[in-house]
Amino acid sequence: MLPIADTTMVEATWVMIAKSLVIFGVIFAILPMMTVLERKLIGRFQHRYGPNRVGPFGLLQPLADVGKLLSKEAFRPANAIPTLFVLGPLLPVLSAVLALAIIPWGDVQGGVGFYGIDVPIGVLYFFAVGSIAFYGLLLGGWASGSKYSLLGAMRGAAQLISYEIAMGLALLGVVMMGGSLSLVDIVKAQGEMWFVVPQIVGFLIFMLAGFAETNRTPFDMPEADAELVQGFMTEYGGMRFGSFLLVEYMEILVVSGVAAAMFLGGWMGPGPSFLDPIWMLAKMLGLVLVFIWVRATLPRLRYDQLMSLGWKVLLPLATLNVLVTAVLVVVT
Amino acid sequence: MSGEFPYLRDQDVVEVQRGPEPGGVGGAYRAFGETLRGLKTTMARLIEGPLTIEYPEEKTPVYPRFRGRHKLHKFEDSGLEKCVGCSLCAAACPADCIRVVAAENIPGERVSAGERYAAVYEINLSRCIFCGYCEIACPFDAITMGHDYEMADYDRADLIFTKEMLLAEPIERTPLRAEGE
Repeated sequence: MLPIADTTMVEATWVMIAKSLVIFGVIFAILPMMTVLERKLIGRFQHRYGPNRVGPFGLLQPLADVGKLLSKEAFRPANAIPTLFVLGPLLPVLSAVLALAIIPWGDVQGGVGFYGIDVPIGVLYFFAVGSIAFYGLLLGGWASGSKYSLLGAMRGAAQLISYEIAMGLALLGVVMMGGSLSLVDIVKAQGEMWFVVPQIVGFLIFMLAGFAETNRTPFDMPEADAELVQGFMTEYGGMRFGSFLLVEYMEILVVSGVAAAMFLGGWMGPGPSFLDPIWMLAKMLGLVLVFIWVRATLPRLRYDQLMSLGWKVLLPLATLNVLVTAVLVVVT
Repeated sequence: MSGEFPYLRDQDVVEVQRGPEPGGVGGAYRAFGETLRGLKTTMARLIEGPLTIEYPEEKTPVYPRFRGRHKLHKFEDSGLEKCVGCSLCAAACPADCIRVVAAENIPGERVSAGERYAAVYEINLSRCIFCGYCEIACPFDAITMGHDYEMADYDRADLIFTKEMLLAEPIERTPLRAEGE
């Protein structure tokens, strides 16, 4: 079996476990805060306050929401397919947690790499694992045995094929400039200049595709709460619905993390090296704010518009970007 | 599907005005520019801050002529009720929600300034439409519309306000709008 992890640096098993727990804990502490942040910010964008009743400044709102979701019945429609219906919300969680592993929080310090795992094929790993989330969406939507869910799932499929290639090509430019697929190496290659400057086109394409990847406005057609009553989630209730919701935010964090690592210099920032994870987190949260800002601004596109955008604009642009980058990398 | 077209195909040409076609590089460029404009707009809203009036804690001030819950009045010097039980308010009331039963004033223990007084004065606020006709009809300005609009209750019977409740100094729960505000 080929090793998928960096074999030049070996860490003790307990270090790996401790790292995983810390990353997992921190991310799961951030997720509920993100939901409050989003709701409060969307409120501010609309001249409202957003949730401010539960706890100080409404900070305990997610606790109340989760408590409510947990108390709900785990309902399943009569014509749903039981195993696949249960599998639906699990796959996206799995995919998001797996993708979280490669987000680099810092360099190797004191024999401990500040990342879950440094995969030499990092970018490919991100795509491979990230696409699993859509299986959950498709299975969940199809196995629900409901029209809205099926429509949502079909839209998800249409969406998947139109943005994934452009997304991959957008990162290809960075990979060529960084000379590696590993996110850690790519961050290290940005010592002089963040890749967002030479790769601004790639960055914009990646962020656009990221909106589609995370099912966020303007590309939230699979959910489309106005027309499809949450699309593939229609038949889900209780914490199964909650995990779909949670995974959306986790995916936002993952996409923000990858974008921060590949374009915004990852953990690079002034100050001593133990601040590295803070810098990474700050950059991620900055991108999360962009996600929220865009959600507050743009309406939902039709999915033929997304497909024509993906195929007719993003794909040629990304290809052109890759070509120009390739030429420049060879020349210089 | 076998039916005829409702219009003649060749003659009635329906002109549809179309917006700019989506797609294409030009469309994407335009969309990108408009997106930036939209982002600017929403950010401006964020900076302006919320306009919400957090109601139970914070109330919109009412205008001086706001027609809220009724008040019955007494003379300030003598303490006698202004109402003389004439029932003109009840006659004027389009919702028929006022009930007045008059009684003669007994010398020595006068209740009102006139010959008679209102032994029973009830307003059924669940029927009142707050038109203010009672206020206009009253010859002695004994009844006026107050500023209180928080009258929700759990029981319909509790919404029948008696004379004592209407005479009592209401808890000022509503801020009054300042002049020119």
